[in-house]
Order: sequence, then structure tokens, then C-alpha cells
Amino acid sequence: MSNQSSVEILTEWDIVAARQLGRNVAKELGFGTVDQARITTAISELARNIYLYAGQGRIEIQQLTENGVKGILIIAADQGPGIPDVRRVMEDGFSTSGGLGAGLPGVKRLMDEFKIETIPGEGTDIRATKWLR
Amino acid sequence: MNFRIPILKLRDTLIVSIQWELDDQTAIQFQEDLLTKLHETSARGVVIDLTSIDFIDSFIAKVLGDVISMSSLMGARVVITGIQPAVAITLIELGIRLEDVMTALDLENGLDKLQLELEA
Repeated sequence: MSNQSSVEILTEWDIVAARQLGRNVAKELGFGTVDQARITTAISELARNIYLYAGQGRIEIQQLTENGVKGILIIAADQGPGIPDVRRVMEDGFSTSGGLGAGLPGVKRLMDEFKIETIPGEGTDIRATKWLR
Repeated sequence: MNFRIPILKLRDTLIVSIQWELDDQTAIQFQEDLLTKLHETSARGVVIDLTSIDFIDSFIAKVLGDVISMSSLMGARVVITGIQPAVAITLIELGIRLEDVMTALDLENGLDKLQLELEA
């Protein structure tokens, strides 16, 4: 079962819209305040990455149910330049924007599951899930 | 669409309470407003209260960290107060370290701490 909604990321204001959408869905699903903060922060970082590096893209929020466990899936998709060296951006402390954005390792730590697919010249698709325990 | 965060002056201290979710523009505007107010009032201390803030991402953390360093260049000390448990947890998990930042549990403790610091 999945229930989805999405926000197009074109301007800085869309970053706010995306995280508000995510927070509302997280609240609705019954996540506590700490997990709500983790989910909201993860969305904010992913949306900012799209805004900074790809120029435009989309944040999609899905509600999941798997084996009776509820969860939230964040999809961050863009048709930007892609990431040439994924292993490097997954290292802590790596940044190409001069300290803006804590980077993907931080997002990975905030969430339970994290998957990234990127093709240089075609775009990036990041999927991050948090399960309701 | 652009809100301004009110900055209050109490004796030689500026008091700021951030009451709503910060977007990028408001955060940048706040940075400028606070430094301008420091310059105008010659305040020596600043308390920024974050009690109402339920999440801080890397951008807002950077703006806060920068405004603390900038205030310090102008000779003022900044205390951050009221960081919620959820905010503390997510900031550390995200990998953000606000180093050498004076913090206090709430506004009252923050003002006390600042007073001690300014008298020292």
C-alpha cells in the first residue's frame, strides 16, 4: 500500500513546502517528535541538494506499510548533472558547496534505509525510508 | 512573504526569540538585522532563544554559526538557549557541531550566563 504526494523543487520556498509536507505526513503516521525532526531535516537536506546542484527536481513522500509496519519513504529525484563519485560524497566531511548542506552521510544516519542511484549527465534518485517502531 | 525576526534590547543585551520555522531568506535577513542592531545599540551580548524551533537543518545551523562568529568579531557574545531534545539529536546525527558556542537550557539561564561572561 502506498499513498503519495510530491513537491516540485524550483525555488528556496519549495524546500520549505517539501519539509512541511513531510512533517505533516510523519505526524499523521504517528512518528514521535524526534523522528519528525529527523524526517523533516532529511527532506530539507535532500531538497536543498536538488536546489543547489540540479537546479530543479522533485521530492515525493510516500506512506508505506510492510508486514504490518508503517513507514515513510522520501524520494528525491532530479535530472541534474548526477554525482560522478558516489563513494566520495558518502564520506563524512565531503562537500563541494563550501559547507552548505551536511551532505548525504548525515541524511543516511537520520533515516533507516538509504539508497542512491545516479547517472552522470542524467540525474540522481535518492530513496530514504524511516519505519515506525 | 518575508518575515523579520524581532530583536529586543534589554540594557546591554539583545534578545531574540525565533518563533517560527526559518526559511532561507528570513535566516539571512536575521543575520543582517542582528549585526546592524549590534552596531546601532553597542550591545555586548545576544541571547537567541530557540524554544519554539522543532528542527534545524544544516543551512540554518550554518547561518546561526556564522552569526555567532560575526557577532564575536564585533565584540559581542552570543548565547543560544532552549534547544529542544529533538533538535539536539538531529543536529548531532546530521554531523553538525556547533563548536565553542555558549548554550543554556532556557532564556533565564542564558541571561545569567551572559551576565557572568560579560562581568568576567
